[in-house]
Amino acid sequence: MLEDKDRIFTNLYGLHDWRLEEAKKRGAWNGTADFIRMGHDWLIQQIKNSGLRGRGGAGFPTGLKWSFMPKEIGERPHYLVVNADESEPGTCKDREMMRHDPHLFIEGCLIASYAMKAHACYIYIRGEYVDERNNLQAAIDEAYAAGLVGKNASGSGWDFDIYVAHGAGAYICGEETALLESLEGKKGQPRLKPPFPAGAGLYGCPTTVNNVESIAVVPTILRRGAEWFTKFGRDNNHGTKVFCISGHVERPCNVEEAMSVPLKKLINEHCGGVIGGWDNLKAIIPGGSSVPLLPREICDDVLMDFDALKDVKSGLGTAAVIVMDKSTDIVRAISRISYFYKHESCGQCTPCREGTGWMWRVLERMAEGDSTTEEIDKLLEVAGQVEGHTICALGDAAAWPVQGLIRHFRGEIEDRINAYRSDRGAVSMAGVAAE
Amino acid sequence: MAHRRPAKDQPQSFEWTTENQDWCAAQIRKYPDGRQASCVIPFLWRGQKQEGWVSIPMMESIARQLDMPYIRVYEVATFYTMFNLAPVGEYFVQLCGTTPCMLRGAHDLRDVCKSEIGPEMQISDDGKLSWLEVECLGACCNAPMAQISTKQGDHYFEDLTPENFKQLLSDLRAGKDVKTGTQNPKRHTSDPEGENTTLTDPSLYDGSAAKPLDKIPNAEPAGAA
Ligand SMILES: Cc1cc2nc3c(=O)[nH]c(=O)nc-3n(C[C@H](O)[C@H](O)[C@H](O)COP(=O)(O)O)c2cc1C
Ligand code: SF4
Ligand code: FES
Repeated sequence: MLEDKDRIFTNLYGLHDWRLEEAKKRGAWNGTADFIRMGHDWLIQQIKNSGLRGRGGAGFPTGLKWSFMPKEIGERPHYLVVNADESEPGTCKDREMMRHDPHLFIEGCLIASYAMKAHACYIYIRGEYVDERNNLQAAIDEAYAAGLVGKNASGSGWDFDIYVAHGAGAYICGEETALLESLEGKKGQPRLKPPFPAGAGLYGCPTTVNNVESIAVVPTILRRGAEWFTKFGRDNNHGTKVFCISGHVERPCNVEEAMSVPLKKLINEHCGGVIGGWDNLKAIIPGGSSVPLLPREICDDVLMDFDALKDVKSGLGTAAVIVMDKSTDIVRAISRISYFYKHESCGQCTPCREGTGWMWRVLERMAEGDSTTEEIDKLLEVAGQVEGHTICALGDAAAWPVQGLIRHFRGEIEDRINAYRSDRGAVSMAGVAAE
Repeated sequence: MAHRRPAKDQPQSFEWTTENQDWCAAQIRKYPDGRQASCVIPFLWRGQKQEGWVSIPMMESIARQLDMPYIRVYEVATFYTMFNLAPVGEYFVQLCGTTPCMLRGAHDLRDVCKSEIGPEMQISDDGKLSWLEVECLGACCNAPMAQISTKQGDHYFEDLTPENFKQLLSDLRAGKDVKTGTQNPKRHTSDPEGENTTLTDPSLYDGSAAKPLDKIPNAEPAGAA
């Protein structure tokens, strides 16, 4: 297990003061200008060497992403846009970094912007995080007043401006191109790619979009060295990670742990175990609502990293662990997730706009048992039609939980259908249409 | 997609307060020349804070102010679910109903809303409260939870139970001060209840982390030349 001395977010719970003076005592802003003086290429190489993979869900290598930005500033300025939309159900970590450790994060924004030759950074924070936004803005004001950002930021010779922007309640604005649309003052509908943001992003300028955590860990990686970060987690899955554990555990919490920590250990050590004990576990969604659930047998020994979870047909996603004990109505739990995607679809692709609602309505009936075994196959087929046939990954995200449910709990759905039918004798209409 | 329409009864006009006019000017300066449309979400939000909801005259006024076609502002106001297109109660309760909150009892809180306030999206008779079920608010480790908005602020109330939630609503109604954040006395924020399993080493907080670095890791061989 990770030791305190190797934790990056030392004020994760806000037990200490977040303001500049105290943040500095915890190590923030230590050596910033020295790192910047090492140059753009050196910085990008360090992040590549650290093995850091994006913490926003997709796990794309951060250093590699930075290297896609044009090497020189051309006619158009470069931008760093930080994705602080944090709306994936189960996920509540960026919030803590912004309100409790804002200086680490702001320092990360400066270093990352410099590495990619951006003089300006926009942080797009979800609209509901009003108190968090206010804290973050106050910390930015402190950083300006102290000369850490602004002209000749931290004495590095680089001019750097940092701004907070916000949304107003739309999960889809977490998708990076929808976020850019929203930041430009439009409704948040994802763009077709290519062009990718590194070529044409915010206002058509070269842009990199990164998650809050991906950026906030950067200064500490530089202070401690890339090889320190690679000490944690298995190959290709390095570093420390903030896990958000919710649902049926004794003590839900956010906690920073080493990557590749066994799921069972994570829950037992930090959350006081599953309510009613491990044997009372039914299933776990290991990476936010978008990833397929895992039944107990797999949870017994699976490791929490990108590759291990991919091997069991799920994903690390945002590392939001949603625990469901045996009291859970698993069909309803997933159906509520389907409702979420129906509610949040931006509506521009037909498979997503129509499919999300269809899947939700069928699942609601299946939760009652009012369905047929053939309809389970139909549901799988529709999920397959949505997956991979849309502009953005929200379509996939809507399909995967449903596929996971059927993969692991088909028997339970069938039992319900049988019980429903035997209660009523013959059921005349086995819902063919979803309505 | 959520279907959202403006209210039938609309005010005659909209005007920023002087304080908000200055605030608007400062927002526009955040964006490059000609990109003032980037302010549309913050302006609508500020307008909502000023008036309690977003009216059509407000959208028209903001469209002129940002030199945008009115329909583009209308499009934004109807797309984003935080914009109230009709008046809400003085205390507007947004109860999270998504799975992590549902697993920890959001349904019971919904019943409290129904019994203490009334049907969803109807302002209570005393004008004090209205409520709406919303999607995950990003505080799932403190589920179940709700955000309660007033003209003054928008705060999260976490680790709710039917009992403490009922009390909270009645305190708000009575104009009493309430504690924001977690309602569980054994938690601080999103730390586990009771004793913490991490971040207990005092050396993290004794200032030793602020000592200048001896050397920059991996500075050689690239050299600082
Ligand atoms: C529907 C949808 C919602 C997303 N929401 C978020 C989010 O809230 N926060 C986030 O950082 N990334 C989110 N992402 C991922 C982003 O598109 C993008 O991959 C990420 O911000 C890149 O940052 P990273 O490389 O640092 O992980 C979302 C993606 C999709 C398809
Ligand atoms: S997949 Fe859904 S959310 Fe994504 S662009 Fe298409 S309709 Fe919009
Ligand atoms: S599900 Fe309620 S805050 Fe996330």
